[in-house]
Amino acid sequence: MQIVLNGEKKEISENISLKQLIDKLELKQERVALELNKTVARRKDWAEIMLKDGDQLEIVHFVGGG
Amino acid sequence: MVKSDKLVIAGREFNSRLMIGTGKYPSNEAMVEAHNRSGAEIVTVAVRRVNISDRSQESLLDYIDLKKFMLLPNTAACYTAEEAIRTAHLAREVLDTPWVKLEVIGDEKTLFPDNEGLVAATKALSKEGFIVLPYFNDDLVTARKLIDAGAAAIMPLAAPIGSGLGIQNFTTMRILREMITSVPIIVDAGVGTASDVAIAMEMGMDAVLLNTAIASAKDVGAMAEAMKLGIQAGRLAYLAGRMPRKLYASASSPLDGLIK
Repeated sequence: MQIVLNGEKKEISENISLKQLIDKLELKQERVALELNKTVARRKDWAEIMLKDGDQLEIVHFVGGG
Repeated sequence: MVKSDKLVIAGREFNSRLMIGTGKYPSNEAMVEAHNRSGAEIVTVAVRRVNISDRSQESLLDYIDLKKFMLLPNTAACYTAEEAIRTAHLAREVLDTPWVKLEVIGDEKTLFPDNEGLVAATKALSKEGFIVLPYFNDDLVTARKLIDAGAAAIMPLAAPIGSGLGIQNFTTMRILREMITSVPIIVDAGVGTASDVAIAMEMGMDAVLLNTAIASAKDVGAMAEAMKLGIQAGRLAYLAGRMPRKLYASASSPLDGLIK
């Protein structure tokens, strides 16, 4: 199925949770935040939230800024 | 030194009246040196998309000792209240901090604030328990609206972000300082060198936030230390109570006992 990840279309497998996706992308959990369809997904819920076709996901982290 | 001259924002005390950023440094090592030499306790960070395809990027947080510094996430480059609110939510999720430096930008070239959007975002975020520090300009009316909306401090810009010009609007900044006493005033943006921060502190401002002035200096560590000293000098001069200005001379040496 297809989701929009950080503004770009991406093919991902069916039946994948947010947590599984983060693990697959080899990202450090504590350093990123997720926004699914314009709402923040709490880290404690990542394992239960399953991605659906057409979902819009933003994965962000901290960078330098003033 | 005066007994206790701590900076208090939203009930939390700080020793340093200098806040600095994490952007535009020539290297992470330079940033670490600057942070340490500045004496700052609060450092700002921005929230951006992870580069999924380039995993080699180092993590900024690897270079910031969270036991020494409090992170203040910003909503830089947000052009609507909605974007700023979403960004604040994301930052809170990672850091578990309710603090946010709120920016809602209204113009790309000057990066001047969209005050309407700021007030709306301040209202919404304050209601959700955020400690909101909005970056804006030196408009007294907007300042009051931001405070009514729940802002924990106000942050008028000295000059456009990254311009290095120092305070440009002395009169309006002075008016702001006189009329706003309920929350701290933190001069933000456009500072260039140590005298700029000393001047801000001599005006009675509560703190200064800067980034480019240190990050773009030739010797980043030295400028960080200069800023620390500038803040201290300005604050002490302010507390000391300066002499009045006069138009004519007033001799410092006695007039009698002159040889003739």
